[in-house]
Amino acid sequence: MQTTALALAVLGAALLLGGLLSGLDRRLTARLQSRQGPPFTQPFFDVIKLLAKERMVTNPWQAFSPLATLSAAACALLLFAWQGDLLVILFVHMAGGVFLVLGAMASPSPYSQIAGQRELWQMLCCETLLFVMAGALYLTTGSFRVSGAAALGEPLLYRLPLLFAAFLLALTVKMRKSPFDLAGCHHAHQELVRGVFTEYVGPHLGLLEIAHWLEVVLYLAICSLFWATGPWGMILLPLTAFLAVIVLDNVSARLTWRWMLGWGWGAAFVLSAVNLFWLKG
Amino acid sequence: MGLIDKLISTARRSSPWLLHFDCGSCNGCDIETLACLTPVYDVERFGVVNVGNPKHADILLVTGTVNLRNREVLAVLYEQMPEPKVVVAIGACGLSGGIFREAPNVVGGVDKVIPVDVYVPGCPARPEAIIDGVVLALEKFRGKALAVL
Repeated sequence: MQTTALALAVLGAALLLGGLLSGLDRRLTARLQSRQGPPFTQPFFDVIKLLAKERMVTNPWQAFSPLATLSAAACALLLFAWQGDLLVILFVHMAGGVFLVLGAMASPSPYSQIAGQRELWQMLCCETLLFVMAGALYLTTGSFRVSGAAALGEPLLYRLPLLFAAFLLALTVKMRKSPFDLAGCHHAHQELVRGVFTEYVGPHLGLLEIAHWLEVVLYLAICSLFWATGPWGMILLPLTAFLAVIVLDNVSARLTWRWMLGWGWGAAFVLSAVNLFWLKG
Repeated sequence: MGLIDKLISTARRSSPWLLHFDCGSCNGCDIETLACLTPVYDVERFGVVNVGNPKHADILLVTGTVNLRNREVLAVLYEQMPEPKVVVAIGACGLSGGIFREAPNVVGGVDKVIPVDVYVPGCPARPEAIIDGVVLALEKFRGKALAVL
């Protein structure tokens, strides 16, 4: 009973934080474009409106997939809150991503099909980096559990600075920000309309939006592991990373998937490898 | 009115997503419509987002005359929008066919094909008038019955 209440409290707090971060993102982006931008609470209005719209599906997968994606994101977040195994957290979250692609691919729309393929490329590029990061956590702390980072006694960032740079690249992809927002970004006018989200309508789109909030909170929480020595580091480091990604989003154009693989598998892997050799050498 | 109804009504008023369809306009009204999104007017302040997808849109803005070729496109776009939805016709051409109303290929105003909720006159319609029209449309949008929750 107590565990259920605690889980609900964690999810509630994550929803609130995720929505406000999304509002902050829209506001900051508007300011960077010399506009005033919507209020911070805007994402909540958007989601409530979407949940109260008509259901429209061309394939039952489009109704099931958002639920699966949302549950996976919520499970991954709860696993993190309970100081679970980072590998399991990444796998659970990745399963949700697969359902998002399934739903997008279930429609004959070429926009959603191409974006589904791009989403798979993004996962291929990003998840491998995150698994290397989990490996580095094991090499540094002797455990895959996220509690290991706090028990280390000094910031993980000192030991894994280059891996942190690689993680920032993965964060850009996960937050769906330029230059790697290939499969669907927050802005309407993209070459693929709205990417993987194109064919999701009303309540289903609303659920996916909520899942995205949880996803962003989860990745910022993973980011906080790099400075897990105290509350200040755990707040300031993810916040700085979040702001850096938004600024990057506004100053860069969208790159193609070849560029993403080049950066993700080329540059980020070399950085990670150098870091790991340095760690063990 | 219950609390949930009130919340949904507020959310709808605060988050109208627009779909802009150029139904054969001379681009005069289109330029004015898009001007609403620039830093000068910045309608995103009020939660307005210009979406490129009828499936995500709440308000359909139509500029220009309807002709025999694009009437089906207009009808399909309207069909693809989930309920509740409202339509705003913009400019003299969108209202009645404008100076093209006598042309052999022209069907007339937008209301010949789909039901229109708000008419914004002008040639071209001024951005202020378009924003006014959207605000009127919002009142209709928020008052519409709940879709299946």
